[in-house]
Amino acid sequence: MENFGYLLKTAFRDSRKNWSKLFLFMSSIVLGITALVAINSFNYNLVKDIDEQSKSLLGADLRVEGQSPLPAELHQVLDSLEGPKATQLELFSMALIPKTEETQFVRIRAIEGNYPFYGEILTQPKDAHREYKNKGAALVDDGLMFEHELEIGDSIKLGDFTVPISGRLMATFGTVSLGSGFAPSIYVPKDVLDKTNLVQPGSLVEYAYFKKVPEGVDTEEWEESYNRQKQFRDLNFRVTSLEDNRRQLNRGFSSLNSFLNLVALVSLILGCIGVASSVLIYVKSKIASIAVFRCLGMKGSQAFLIYFLQISILGFLAVLLGVILGSLMQIVLPAILKDILPYEVQLSISWKAIAQGLIMGSVMTSLFALIPLVGIRLISPLRTLRTSFDEDLKPKDPLKWGIYLLLLISMLLFLFSLTSSWITAAIFTVGLILSFALLYGVANLVMWMAKRFFPRKRSFVLRQGISNLFRPNNQTKTLMISIGLGTAILSTLFIIQGLILNNVGSMDAGSQPNTVLYGIKSDQVDDVLKITESHDMPVLQQVPIVTMRLAEWKGKTKKQWIADTLGRGQRWAANREARVSYRDTLNFDEKLIRGNFVGEVEQGDSIFISLDEGYADALNVDIGDEMVWNVQGAMLKTYVSSIREIDFRSMRTRFFILFPKGVLENAPQFHVVVSKSPNAQILGDYRREVVKKHPNVSVIDLGSILTTLNDILSKISYVIKFMAGFSILTGLIVLLSSLLLSKFQRIRESVLLRTLGAVRSQIYKINAVEYAILGGLSAFIGLFISIIGSYCIAKFELELAYNIQWLPLLGIFLFIIALTVFIGLWNSRDVVSKSPLEVLRREVA
Amino acid sequence: MDKILEVKDLSKIYKSGSRDLEVLRNINFTVHQGDIVSIVGPSGSGKTTLLGLCAGLDAPSSGEVILHNQSIGGLSENDKAQLRNKYVGFVFQNFQLIPTLTAIENVMIPLELLGVKNAQSQCESLLDRVGLGDRMTHYPSQLSGGEQQRVSIARAFSNNPKILFADEPTGNLDDETGMKIEHLLFELNKEQGTTLVVVTHDLELANKTNRTIRLKGGQIILDQVQNVVNS
Repeated sequence: MENFGYLLKTAFRDSRKNWSKLFLFMSSIVLGITALVAINSFNYNLVKDIDEQSKSLLGADLRVEGQSPLPAELHQVLDSLEGPKATQLELFSMALIPKTEETQFVRIRAIEGNYPFYGEILTQPKDAHREYKNKGAALVDDGLMFEHELEIGDSIKLGDFTVPISGRLMATFGTVSLGSGFAPSIYVPKDVLDKTNLVQPGSLVEYAYFKKVPEGVDTEEWEESYNRQKQFRDLNFRVTSLEDNRRQLNRGFSSLNSFLNLVALVSLILGCIGVASSVLIYVKSKIASIAVFRCLGMKGSQAFLIYFLQISILGFLAVLLGVILGSLMQIVLPAILKDILPYEVQLSISWKAIAQGLIMGSVMTSLFALIPLVGIRLISPLRTLRTSFDEDLKPKDPLKWGIYLLLLISMLLFLFSLTSSWITAAIFTVGLILSFALLYGVANLVMWMAKRFFPRKRSFVLRQGISNLFRPNNQTKTLMISIGLGTAILSTLFIIQGLILNNVGSMDAGSQPNTVLYGIKSDQVDDVLKITESHDMPVLQQVPIVTMRLAEWKGKTKKQWIADTLGRGQRWAANREARVSYRDTLNFDEKLIRGNFVGEVEQGDSIFISLDEGYADALNVDIGDEMVWNVQGAMLKTYVSSIREIDFRSMRTRFFILFPKGVLENAPQFHVVVSKSPNAQILGDYRREVVKKHPNVSVIDLGSILTTLNDILSKISYVIKFMAGFSILTGLIVLLSSLLLSKFQRIRESVLLRTLGAVRSQIYKINAVEYAILGGLSAFIGLFISIIGSYCIAKFELELAYNIQWLPLLGIFLFIIALTVFIGLWNSRDVVSKSPLEVLRREVA
Repeated sequence: MDKILEVKDLSKIYKSGSRDLEVLRNINFTVHQGDIVSIVGPSGSGKTTLLGLCAGLDAPSSGEVILHNQSIGGLSENDKAQLRNKYVGFVFQNFQLIPTLTAIENVMIPLELLGVKNAQSQCESLLDRVGLGDRMTHYPSQLSGGEQQRVSIARAFSNNPKILFADEPTGNLDDETGMKIEHLLFELNKEQGTTLVVVTHDLELANKTNRTIRLKGGQIILDQVQNVVNS
């Protein structure tokens, strides 16, 4: 390129006196890219660690699990795979601690064979996990032992059997340990579990079979060939290979990834808005110089290159700094997130995130900067002779439209690369375009109205302030778009964060039941109710539960359905062991949405049942359809008479399938009792008495579950707040940079007014009028956009109940106006405190 | 003598809302190499517009401008820029220095655009010549009006232009400083043998040129060659 050296030199020379003007431009990029790289690095490390650790997290090469023992024919299929096998039975139950007479809800695991084949169960003493089977002893969760002051050698009673404790379990193996807080694990040998008598019809036992295969055997291929996966699935068993496990883990964290990605993207887009608005104002301040360059013989393209080089180099330096800071953030993020992750994420530099940050940052920054920069090509040299307004910067330039198009395509691609969803990417892009268009339209309307309805008879100060909105060199469009979009994005994030936390909070209402007893046999019900009443605890719910399986519906058997059309998403509904209740009324947390609820039928009548909406949708059944159930061997034909919507946030038992009274009373069943204890002391006494008299009954303390859940959620909300903080900081920097840079627009006018004798208060008032109108309108439109945006996100993406806290929004509205006016006045402080000439020499030069 | 600037049937009409405003009408004149021409006239007579058209800063509504034997009507904006860079110098009423560049860097712009290697030493001697040898690294805001105009003159002569356009070169200066600037302009012009076209209100300055073109209402009302009082 001709004279490139000179252009580079001039770009440098010209930028020397502009560092302060470009500082905020750079800081918005730095913050945006820091957030992007920090979050992406963490994500990639997470995925890498999942890949590396999924073998030890699964503990085997293949897992088969279901809610019943594996039938002989499937054992045969599983045995066709070479290598050792292990079995695990897992169930939740109450444990009694004889030493303290206290009870505890626990997760019991009984392993046969050498599972885990990979990784190991961490115990104290170290070899306890190898010896407990021979000793017929138990390994007990360290936290539980600490809480109940248990020592090795003490014992614990599970069901009917008391078992000695031979080791402390230091880490729960192979699960995401979210549940361990309220149901700590206990490992016992299989023969000990048999002695407890806890495994009975109706008890919730999960059976898992593990396989270790020789090196080189591909379990996924094995699973997929000869229809093996289908054979297992048809009999309600899930098969998980190492690769499946890896995918599941990745999927499990993908929503966390998506959220963090969106936050990063918000930061980046805010940074880009900052880039565009600060470069636009920068270019405006350079028009006179560019006209001189052009007059002295510089080509339009050369003038453009000088400023493009300036902005690109500074932008790249800012991106580089952001990448470095983002990578350094790796030291902080894992520490914050470690409690909600199943394992420790290793600290390492993610080159992929760095490359992504560099490319995304440079391309987005350059493209956003190009919008105002391309106008430089068209600046006329005639400006040296005549001061004309910005008519040659108007967007008639086809190149500018090309850049808009390129920008949209890049944004769509980057959004896709972050969210892996074209729909999300497209919705986000369209949302941004609509917001931009709305703000642009309102800005034009404001200018038109200010001119059309100009208050000619009002005070000079008011007239001057309002005329600033539409006269040449006005900043109405620039500021309204940047402040409006900034406000919109920030308050959307704020509303969504509030909605998530609010939805979580509503689970913890004080009036909710806090005690659930399940596994009560029919002959135990009366006694359990008596114990409940003797502790002055109300019986809030007492429901019978009958287990059954769906055999046929709409004239076809389950096998036929599975063979024909049933998609994977619908299978859960067909395959699950249905836990059904019967009653003659609907609960307050249920709403009838279709059909008639039939509460009772006479013997010999047709049986009308009520289904949950989601369950009915999954099976594609509706009112009047026939469904046949296998109730422990007996076939029962029913008809759907009503569809219900259930509020799943209430802490009560809920049933997808509800039978009327008069059908299931004599079927084998167990019962659930829901109660509420006034305090932990009474609950403790109550639990002890129930478990002592009825060892098979489980008493679940929902209070402790809620505490654990709240603890986890508060950690998640901390992460949300921490990451959102990044965006808020970037947004504020963008607002600051737009407003601070706007001072160069107003300085000449203010100095002239000052020279003509305007007093300090007049200058302040004129600026206050202009900035208050701009700040107020931008914040109003921004909030309007955020309400619509957050509604769409809550409704379609997160599926959260939507409500708005108006008071904080009013706070944001007033804050934005106050900030805008404050910076507007801050901008004019020099004008009022220094001599006009001094100001002009320093600021305009 | 060779023709350096030829203006033929030049008109310029500005659109003002729905009305056409004819600023220049049917202007014809020729300037030869080495001439010193002044364009005078009352405010609004079209002087600055004519200067802008002659230098290729603006496009005429009709007519032709031939600068250094090239009709600039058919040239692209880039070609016009190159033509100015090679053959034209400018001095403005409000100096038009780049505020972010030092005095020497401002003077070097035309040569550096031309890709000249030893621009620095050439421009240093020019700044010395205009009496600003000790202010080379100062920014425009650190210089007085007269000093800024001297930098502007040094810049105008830095590329050895064939023709130099000056728009009210003393308009922003006091009489004494203005006089010094005039002297400097004429001296350098004489030394380099440049053609000079000056737009001015100042009849005293106009009298020092060897030809005066008087404009009124967008038309030439007088084109008079005169004896130079002071050269």
